[in-house]
Amino acid sequence: MGFKLSTLPDRQNIWPWLLLAPLAIYLALFFLVPLVEVGIMSVTEPPPGLANYERVLTGSLYRKVFLNTFGTALLVTVCCLLVGYPLAYLMSTVSKRAAMAILLLITMSFWTSFLVRTYAWMVLLGNNGPVIWLMQTLGIQDPPPLLFTRFSSTLAMVHILAPYMIMNIYTVMQKIDPSLIRSAESMGAYGRSLFRHVYLPLTAPGIANGSVLVFVICLGFYVTPVLLGSPREQMAAGLIGNQIEQFLAFGLGSAMAIVLLVVTLIILGLYHRRFGLDKLYG
Amino acid sequence: MSSYLQLSGVNKTFGNFTALGHIDLEIEKGEFVTFLGPSGSGKTTTLMVIAGFEDATRGEITVDGQSLSHLAPQERNIGIVFQNYALFPHKTAAENVYFPLQMRKVGKKAGLKKAEEMLELVGLSGFAHRLPKELSGGQQQRVALARALVFEPDLLLLDEPLGALDKNLREQMQIEIKRIQKRLGVTTIFVTHDQTEAMSMSDRIVVFSDGAIEQADAPLEIYHRPATRFVADFIGESNLLPATITDAGTRRATSPVLGDVTFGAEGCPQVSDGQTVDLLIRPEHLKLSRDPKEGRQNAQMQIETIVNYGDNAVVIGHASDQQIRVRVPGADVVILKEGDTCHFSWTEDAVFVLTE
Repeated sequence: MGFKLSTLPDRQNIWPWLLLAPLAIYLALFFLVPLVEVGIMSVTEPPPGLANYERVLTGSLYRKVFLNTFGTALLVTVCCLLVGYPLAYLMSTVSKRAAMAILLLITMSFWTSFLVRTYAWMVLLGNNGPVIWLMQTLGIQDPPPLLFTRFSSTLAMVHILAPYMIMNIYTVMQKIDPSLIRSAESMGAYGRSLFRHVYLPLTAPGIANGSVLVFVICLGFYVTPVLLGSPREQMAAGLIGNQIEQFLAFGLGSAMAIVLLVVTLIILGLYHRRFGLDKLYG
Repeated sequence: MSSYLQLSGVNKTFGNFTALGHIDLEIEKGEFVTFLGPSGSGKTTTLMVIAGFEDATRGEITVDGQSLSHLAPQERNIGIVFQNYALFPHKTAAENVYFPLQMRKVGKKAGLKKAEEMLELVGLSGFAHRLPKELSGGQQQRVALARALVFEPDLLLLDEPLGALDKNLREQMQIEIKRIQKRLGVTTIFVTHDQTEAMSMSDRIVVFSDGAIEQADAPLEIYHRPATRFVADFIGESNLLPATITDAGTRRATSPVLGDVTFGAEGCPQVSDGQTVDLLIRPEHLKLSRDPKEGRQNAQMQIETIVNYGDNAVVIGHASDQQIRVRVPGADVVILKEGDTCHFSWTEDAVFVLTE
């Protein structure tokens, strides 16, 4: 009865699509078309076929780079969580003013271009930088190199990505009904069990959101690992850049990019099934 | 012999603001006591002080002779149902009810079994494995009640628990809470700003205003013999008419609206000749008629508005600038018209004197 077979949308329903059109056309031209081109290149260059994918998925170099990428992303995510959770908790417990002050500090760093922040770390951690100087002053004879190591790239990535984690967790913590905590206390829950049985599960959505965002962004991170990381522990995006810029291996680079994209989509898909993607921005 | 729960000189200030003046209150074991008052009157603050979420600035609270002062909320063994139920959204109904037992190191198997028995008592058998969001407001309310009772608390505190429910469900839950409370015999404090809720459920009502107790008495006592104008006005509908005592001995007073009046004897406070007082007459104790009624005291008023509720109606009129409310049976209202002048009458038993 209420079923209507209609090929033309109602007049009123055209407007949202019209409003969406500029963005949709822009994305199609400058994102979707190049992406499809990358996909085509990955199976046509140099010879048509799946040879590029075979190399990417079976070659030991590529496997090492992908494993390293996931390992780094995981490490960065865990570090962001360890740094971000206590800070978010602090923000949710202090006065509104103090929370705003902390939030301002975080967003100020967040708004600073990450290229600038990456160079700042190079200055700080370099051989003539203040950190090495401090170590020498403290009597460490032969300070280990800090720059161009896994340590420096991880540190900088944590610094750059932690705001995503903090904001996501803080948003969730802020929304926790204080009467839930009071109620748990009235039933006999003290600090540790209160945290384990009530607070942590209530903040889990924030942890999940923050972690997925940080992990996914980290998977494709280019500038920071390339500038600060160890060349021997390259990440996927860096290697893709190398393939294309230095070896002009467009097909191989494209295949790697597609693999990275598919993996990212799988992670987001799993997250969507469990929590719903819309939660990422709520 | 001291009472089960005793509040002695409990005072609470926030900076310059006095939330609670000086609260003295005794509650017997098994009693169902309602804290009634407008918002900001101190009833919820008193509840929070008892629960241990707020420290009293001065004064002491004892349960069964034991002081609560140095006990954290966790150590007080008090069950609380919060206004919004405060159910853990990530736990099922049974897990929610099991939680206080879990905190008391009761094993999972025995604890969940007890939780399910408790859910059965509150009429929720079969809902044990649902999450709070899968339950209706009334059902969530029942889970919260079961959770607050499952660990056999010394006290049950209910903070406006029925506020979010619609009228029918609210009445149903009033009966339900009362039934469960009676069955378990748990000493209960129920906070509300709804006077009908307080009237229908309580053994005793404690009326709060401006951080002080106005009166603590049985519901009917409070209704018929309010201690202050505030109580008379807050509980039920009232006609409060200024008057001067003319002869305290024969219980005579004169009022600009009612003329010379004889007031009831029972429970009236001590008055002296010449004292200005308020006379309280409940709207349902007034009768309307075209002519003065014999054997009753009469006065005249002009009908202004008639509010019809079906089974009864409230007739609002004016007598020398004073508003008079009369509650009449619904059937009587058809002969009345707005703008008519009529007589209203009362007996001396219906007139109560207020001095405070």
